[in-house]
Amino acid sequence: MTVETGPEIEAALEEVLETVAAALGDYLLESEIRRGELTIVVPAANIVRVLTYLRDEPSLLFKELVDLCGVDYPERELRFEVVYHLLSLHHNQRIRVKLRTDEATPVPSVVSVYPAAGWFEREAWDMYGIMFADHPDLRRLLTDYGFDGHPLRKDFPLTGYVELRYDEEEKRVVYEPVKLRQDFRNFDFLSPWEGMGELLPGDEKAQS
Amino acid sequence: MAETDIVTYSVNFGPQHPAAHGVLRLVLEMDGEVVERADPHIGLLHRGTEKLIEYRPYLQNIPYFDRLDYVSMMCQEHSFVLAVEKLLGVEVPARAQYIRVLFCEITRILNHLLNLTTFALDCGAMTPLLWGFEQRELLMEFYEAVSGARMHANYFRFGGVAKDMPAGLDERIAAWCDQFEPFMDDLETLLTENRIFKQRTVDIGVVSAEDALAWGFSGPMLRASGVAWDLRKAQPYEVYDRMDFDIPVGRHGDCWDRYLVRMQEMRESLKIIRQCLEQMPEGPVRTPNHKVTPPSRQEMKRSMEALIHHFKLYTEGIHVPAGEVYVATENPKGEFGVYLVSDGTNRPYRCKIRSPGYVHLQALELMAKGHQLADIPAIIGSLDIVFGEIDR
Repeated sequence: MTVETGPEIEAALEEVLETVAAALGDYLLESEIRRGELTIVVPAANIVRVLTYLRDEPSLLFKELVDLCGVDYPERELRFEVVYHLLSLHHNQRIRVKLRTDEATPVPSVVSVYPAAGWFEREAWDMYGIMFADHPDLRRLLTDYGFDGHPLRKDFPLTGYVELRYDEEEKRVVYEPVKLRQDFRNFDFLSPWEGMGELLPGDEKAQS
Repeated sequence: MAETDIVTYSVNFGPQHPAAHGVLRLVLEMDGEVVERADPHIGLLHRGTEKLIEYRPYLQNIPYFDRLDYVSMMCQEHSFVLAVEKLLGVEVPARAQYIRVLFCEITRILNHLLNLTTFALDCGAMTPLLWGFEQRELLMEFYEAVSGARMHANYFRFGGVAKDMPAGLDERIAAWCDQFEPFMDDLETLLTENRIFKQRTVDIGVVSAEDALAWGFSGPMLRASGVAWDLRKAQPYEVYDRMDFDIPVGRHGDCWDRYLVRMQEMRESLKIIRQCLEQMPEGPVRTPNHKVTPPSRQEMKRSMEALIHHFKLYTEGIHVPAGEVYVATENPKGEFGVYLVSDGTNRPYRCKIRSPGYVHLQALELMAKGHQLADIPAIIGSLDIVFGEIDR
């Protein structure tokens, strides 16, 4: 591996996790150190409190919000994850903070903590329809003016719903429903031989 | 109609504006000549890269990264390739690591040449552009020599690079380095102390170190504000820990400092290129793990196993173990990160691309407020934005 994941890094992350757990113990739903990366999961309602703490605590100083994005897991009850990546320049550390939410529940906006979150939250709203409460300007960001739907959701088709072209007769751009010359093909590459675990079908009878 | 006093009016800057560096639509609220509010409208080049990536096997996703920021191609492949390698747990042979670093630095010079010279063009200097693009053309020949394409290289692979460098390329690169140094001096005589250029850039778009951190700046933008932070030094990847180079840091965080930092960075990149050429060992350029990299053509003709590996790799692709990683590399523009979520299949479940230009453009209002309209092109030029990566 060319990206460092040595034991010293894990030990340093262990220390960070201890500090965080001591201060935010009640808020910490899950935590994990894997592949040299620290992830904590917190309740959506407390995100502002948690990030403010991570930013201001002198032994952490996660002063930079590197990234904020949504992830969609449609099979879960709380289908969206909002993932915050923080960076501490002072201690050369990274941390990943996650929270879970659904389509209806707004997540408190963290623009007041990190001004950089403004566009990231707009993008997450645009792409996933995750709502952010108290965001000063929650407009769509990347999609077209007047776009309908949230394209990065897993149930949004890759081809979208509308296509546009320039119409010679009307002398303007017209929007039309997508017409596909060929059905969209999505191949399933999951091999049944590799998908099987240790236990072969039928073996459970011998063991019971 | 009764006459009314118009206090502010809005100006639509772009989306087709030569100084907007792409398709930026900027709605400016002006009080006379002074900018009161700047609202960038982005997304006019949105191609849904992140959605497309979720529908492609891993190997087919590398070309998308060339097309994000289309002037620093290989650096972006690098982030993605490192992220997948981290999930796979694959070792990369030493020679491949050196080739990657070598080409990342070539890419850095490619990018800075484009940015600085077009920045100068926005401020009224035309000659640097003509000079700089000649050098860019020479660098793109090196791109072509290893990958066959001048720009969209698609050269990095999981566990190495696609092919070894052709014989004699190292000497050509070394010869290029020798003529590039005097070129840099010439370029600096045109710009650095140029009175007009300084009038346009000094004390324009000042960002303090605190603001730069709060707004998530990275790369030359952050360093120009006086924060000595470089991922190549702080969190070294590949062989950067064996390289001897300095991090140029600015003091004022204005457009001129950003220009100076980039200029100096090119000289540092030149150092790294020379060290790479010197230290580069012989050896394979791809990991021998054939679950990840294809076997050699020769082997394929003789060994059944190799044939199966080849077939599986190019039909089904690589199965990446489930998990999530965030890998960032120091791109010419700043921290380019890939947050990759894998569910164990041959396609990424989610791939979030963190592009530096997106974050920098967001802070445009912070930089532009109170400046005159004519300063906007200078500020945009110094941001080093490319819409391929901002709109994704």
